Amino acid sequence: MPDIRTNRLSPEEIARNFSELHPPLSRPEALIEADRCYFCFDAPCTTACPTGIDIPGFIQKIRSGNLRGSAHTILNENIMGGMCARVCPTEVLCEEACVRNTHEEKPVEIGLLQRYATDPIFDNDTQLFSRADSSGHRVAVVGGGPAGLSCAHRLAALGHDVDLFDREEKLGGLNEYGIAAYKTVNDFAQREIDYILSIGGIEVHAGVTLGQDTTITRLRDEYSAVFLGVGLSSVNWLGIEGEELPGVENAVEYIAELRQASDKGELPVGRRVVVIGGGMTAIDVAVQSKRLGAERVDIVYRRGIDQMGASDYEKNLAKTSGVTIHPLARPLKILGPGHASGVLFERTTLAEDGSFSDTGETFTLDADVVFKAIGQQLRDGVLDDGSIKMKSGKIVVDDNQSTSLAGVWAGGDCVLGGDDLTVTAVQHGKVAAIAIDHYLRTREKSHG
Amino acid sequence: MADLASEFLGIRSPNPFWLASAPPTDKAYNVNRAFEAGWGGAVWKTLGEDPPIVNVSGPRYSAIHSNDRRVIGFNNIELITDRPLQTNLDEIRQVKRDWPDRALVVSVMFPMNEQVWAKYVPMIEDTGADAIELNFGCPHGMSERGMGSAVGQVPEYIRMATEWAKAAASVPVIVKLTPNVANILPPAKAAKDGGADAVSLINTINSIMRVDYDTLTMYPATDGMGTHGGYCGEAVKPIALNMVAEIARTPETADIPISGIGGVTDWRDAVDFLALGARNVQVCTAAMVYGFKIIDDLTDGLSAFLDDKGMTSVSELVGRAVPSVTDWQYLNLNYIEKAVIDQELCIKCGRCHIVCEDTSHQAITHTVNGERRFEVIDEECVGCNLCVSVCPIDGCITMRQLTDGFDPRTGQPVSNEKANWTTHPNNPMRKTS
Repeated sequence: MPDIRTNRLSPEEIARNFSELHPPLSRPEALIEADRCYFCFDAPCTTACPTGIDIPGFIQKIRSGNLRGSAHTILNENIMGGMCARVCPTEVLCEEACVRNTHEEKPVEIGLLQRYATDPIFDNDTQLFSRADSSGHRVAVVGGGPAGLSCAHRLAALGHDVDLFDREEKLGGLNEYGIAAYKTVNDFAQREIDYILSIGGIEVHAGVTLGQDTTITRLRDEYSAVFLGVGLSSVNWLGIEGEELPGVENAVEYIAELRQASDKGELPVGRRVVVIGGGMTAIDVAVQSKRLGAERVDIVYRRGIDQMGASDYEKNLAKTSGVTIHPLARPLKILGPGHASGVLFERTTLAEDGSFSDTGETFTLDADVVFKAIGQQLRDGVLDDGSIKMKSGKIVVDDNQSTSLAGVWAGGDCVLGGDDLTVTAVQHGKVAAIAIDHYLRTREKSHG
Repeated sequence: MADLASEFLGIRSPNPFWLASAPPTDKAYNVNRAFEAGWGGAVWKTLGEDPPIVNVSGPRYSAIHSNDRRVIGFNNIELITDRPLQTNLDEIRQVKRDWPDRALVVSVMFPMNEQVWAKYVPMIEDTGADAIELNFGCPHGMSERGMGSAVGQVPEYIRMATEWAKAAASVPVIVKLTPNVANILPPAKAAKDGGADAVSLINTINSIMRVDYDTLTMYPATDGMGTHGGYCGEAVKPIALNMVAEIARTPETADIPISGIGGVTDWRDAVDFLALGARNVQVCTAAMVYGFKIIDDLTDGLSAFLDDKGMTSVSELVGRAVPSVTDWQYLNLNYIEKAVIDQELCIKCGRCHIVCEDTSHQAITHTVNGERRFEVIDEECVGCNLCVSVCPIDGCITMRQLTDGFDPRTGQPVSNEKANWTTHPNNPMRKTS
């Protein structure tokens, strides 16, 4: 019998396990940390930031007590700078580039400083942005995740009106549904969205699914321009026997349920949990299962530990949370009968070029629940007529996030070059908005 | 361990660290605590005529802080002692009796009236104090009444009052100078001419700390109004060192003993003062910021330093750097240095590049062969030391002397002959042989 139960832990234990991973800095902590920034020339941290935030600039403003200016420096490049301060893998981005690493292996805590600068803006609803005079244009933005929100905000600021469509009832995309609960507490994702929308000029249409309720063709007809930030909402298939058994779940859906649950203890969790995959999602679902009270959690990844998509920091978080990571094994079969009871794996071996091959050696891990965290793909039917150029199942865009279809831009996880990071999606949305603005204004000129 | 025993004007103390005349030496209670902690001596907070002055009952101090609230500069508007004269005299007598091995000097401030000095100086001497220090330095409050720096800014007054004090005193007389003058030498000379046995310097510098950013009024304020105070602490040390060195290197004043004051916080600061000609040092702000315990590092660090230098006493250190201080016109204009960046230590912050590029000589690269790399361009480097000053890594950028060949900047051969401005062809006032 599968052992799947709710309330494995006391409410106090749950509360402790899902409290914030990194508490915010106090003022004295922030000032001391800000003093550690060397104010580098052509700062490597800024170069490493996908949105190009002037990091030494915003830290200097923390130092001088100019918090509003600091927040503007951040949010003007990255309107989701508040969320990114919480969820960015800074250890492989800005903080990895910090020159402090050279001699002391302790970078400036850029993420926490970014949070220190931006929190008051959201807490006090301080509007830092205003809209340019109306351009008379209306732009359709599809997808209310980081890419779409970023694009919509910048378009609104540049004077365009925006209709923002999302198939869910709540905006936010993976920020709302896909991020581990201990990374963003106190409903920050929704507060951030409220802030973004408060600039005005963005009309939200929730519960609208592209491909069903509307189509790209229609949007192109009705709007001056279209931005697609639809993400990857369909979970990949393992394509192995037993995948349809009860007890086999999609990690992203479980994470979403957990985020939306008002009482996390009510969420059923297995005693023995096996996670298949090697990215952030695999780590998130594994760590959260453990924190909900799973006795044993194993992550199994087909390639080497260094090939995992999760950062070293995330991998360490898994280990210190009591999760075991098994590299070099791929699932052959999910064992039944009637309900998942375990997974049969075959050990793999890695070639120098990073490819793997089977060894013939097998082993079994018992499981009450098996999570698939092997990536997502574009939902079928989103791109109605197939006229947009695709590659590897993703939309092809140029440097301006422009697709092969005139008047259509795209960004975030659904485009080739998307990397599953909020910060990258925000940059795509921003770049696309600037390109759309340029397109609309030059078209106006040429049409006299 | 080197012996720190010190003798200043024949006054012995177990180490050369005295507490300066200031709030920490206002009462027997504080001075006893200081001596228990190990301070070598104390200059009792300035006494004046009875009835005593009154102090404000609001903020007397404020500070300039680093972001972690380290005190860098400090300001005060406290006046001289506000306790009755007899109370102070009784306590001084008792403290000297209890601590015969420590130096106990009494600071005094009186109006420019010979009779007043003649009346009070013997009373002070009667306590058994080792010396008297004349406060011609405090720049706030008392100066409005014609005392403190109002005296110290007029050499004739310094000389006059020093003579009155000397006439009435049998113990040594130290004259404490104000830095609020254009040139420290005339006041020092006046003290010497008036018969002073020593000078001590510097007292505090006229200062307003800042404004209150909410009210846009001066900060700190007493009921909405503020007044300038006296600035001290680490920030003022370079100003003090210059004045000490000027007195020590000028023939007319070189023979007057100096007690160095101004920003001494750790033992290295004491080394600066001693090497530039002071025979002992006085400390106030560091004690007011950290308490008396800092004496442990001051004595321990100085003693270890003397050991490292093979010196057995403080006196061997006194004045060692004075011969290296000169006028600009005597600097060797043929001497050439270039900055060198140690690529192993460089963390690639680029601060050296941007300050050189923006504000100096465009002598540091930011990219070499497509890589982020900071190298000195000898053809542009004037050896100014700006990059060394701003580099966050100690020892990463150093200066290298050119001893032969050509200076790539000027194309001129490196000369080992000395040549200074006094004989330079561009100097219209040059000396000709």
